[in-house]
Amino acid sequence: MIISIASGKGGTGKTTVAVNLALSLKDVQYMDCDVEEPNGHLFLKPQIEERVSVGIPVPQVDKSRCTYCGECARVCEFNAIVIIKEKVLIFPELCHGCGGCSYICPVDAIEEVEREIGIIEKGKAGNIEFIHGILNVGEPMAPPLIRREKRFINNHKTVIIDSSPGTSCPVVQAVKGSDFCLLVTEPTPFGLNDLKLAVEMVRKLGIPLGLLINCSDIGDRKVWQYCEAEKIPILLEIPTDRRIAEAYSRGVPLVEELPEYKKRFQDLYSKLVPSQQT
Amino acid sequence: MKQLTVISGKGGTGKTTITAAFAALAQNHVMADGDVDAADLHLILTPHIKRGEEFYGGRTPSLDKDKCDECGICMEVCRFEAIHDFAIDSISCEGCGLCMHACPNEAIKMEGKFSGHWFISDTRFGPMVHARLGIAEENSGKLVTLVRQQARLIAEDENKDLIIIDGPPGIGCPVIAVITGVDLVLAVTEPTLSGIHDLERVLEVAKHFNVPAMVCINKCDINPENARKIEDYCQDKNIAVVGNIPYDPVVTRAMVEGQSVVEYDSGIVTEIIKKMWERIRAKLQDGLKE
Repeated sequence: MIISIASGKGGTGKTTVAVNLALSLKDVQYMDCDVEEPNGHLFLKPQIEERVSVGIPVPQVDKSRCTYCGECARVCEFNAIVIIKEKVLIFPELCHGCGGCSYICPVDAIEEVEREIGIIEKGKAGNIEFIHGILNVGEPMAPPLIRREKRFINNHKTVIIDSSPGTSCPVVQAVKGSDFCLLVTEPTPFGLNDLKLAVEMVRKLGIPLGLLINCSDIGDRKVWQYCEAEKIPILLEIPTDRRIAEAYSRGVPLVEELPEYKKRFQDLYSKLVPSQQT
Repeated sequence: MKQLTVISGKGGTGKTTITAAFAALAQNHVMADGDVDAADLHLILTPHIKRGEEFYGGRTPSLDKDKCDECGICMEVCRFEAIHDFAIDSISCEGCGLCMHACPNEAIKMEGKFSGHWFISDTRFGPMVHARLGIAEENSGKLVTLVRQQARLIAEDENKDLIIIDGPPGIGCPVIAVITGVDLVLAVTEPTLSGIHDLERVLEVAKHFNVPAMVCINKCDINPENARKIEDYCQDKNIAVVGNIPYDPVVTRAMVEGQSVVEYDSGIVTEIIKKMWERIRAKLQDGLKE
């Protein structure tokens, strides 16, 4: 079973939930798909065993063959290749690696070369199979790295995917294909506004979802009213607790600081399993 | 005219809370919400929309079933696994158009893709430009750029001195779009290991694009030791820490009331944010003289 953790609003506790769920269950693969700002390793402290460089194919032009016909620039939807007189300008950070330019080139002057956009690290954190992607600083595009990372999904395990905040392409890439999406929010106006967006996104992907409410005693009651109206199951509530915040600040997982939470995460998981079958 | 962007790396550190407070404190400015994906600033600034426009981010393929003879070439060439059973999966599609070029029957056309809305509004603190990217859409960077352009046009038209931009979390495309070419970024962090890790990455991004940065440590009393580490790190990098804000439930109460914290309360948080704003304003003005 693949469970993705998402939120809309940042800082509501996605990583806390993903890490502690991983630590509470057996046979887990933890996959951090927040490649812009991965944080799971700060809590799980994995031993990294393997590093994989991830690149996207970008064009390289053989000037001896190029006739400057401009076909490549015409087909590129991302303006990543431009011809000015007898000069080919390539903007690698705009390139999506679709291969359109080399496909269309009538004189075979374009070769594709890998350009690194990030790395994937794999390892072990106790019994947990750990994997995360790290986008290189200055790189705009997270989705190709996430797509590559997800090829390492181990279907024999319970896979827990941590995603970045928001509802656009990196989150879609992370959540897509999961069996259940656990949304994490806080009951504040910002939390609710962004929760609604996240719910819309997950529904668009056709994935069953449930909610965990973090810092459940702050803000107002509108998240509960919304969930009732939308028939969204609330699977766990975690109240504000300074001990939780302090443990988090030091990189100590919640279930280590307050072991009673292990059972709560296990109960939460047992609520997800039937929803997979329906 | 100067531009200030508030970013954080890690989400939920208080970007929008700080930005909304600046909206209330600044004079003669335009507000822009550069978080088009999960925008929240409007919940505090309650904009009155004057103009709304549709946003077409990129193009997307459409398949004419009558012309398709199911040869499968499009599926072979697509690198994004976006065509299954001779149907285009718009969520996986990146809009590269290779399927259209490869189709021998001209059964695929590229069409402009409606991907959201953008707005020009009035608020109690002056004009605001904001946007809403469609759910699960791409091209957030383009929409952010558009929001910034519109804010700039208003600032020029109305002789405004400053644009204050609320940024998204992360370090990817919308963050790059929201910081390139601004005069200053304020990175809001918290004294947690995640906060520090993400701050370091986002400050590297700012450096990569040659944008000067200042730092604000929110909820600084959650872990004073980590707060000191942030101070040391910033000192080492020659970045000023311009505000240390303690945790205070008043911030959430103000949000629930739809007010910025400086309007809602005159306690310690407001006092610190006001001082922080003075330092940022001075820094932006110093830049003016250079």
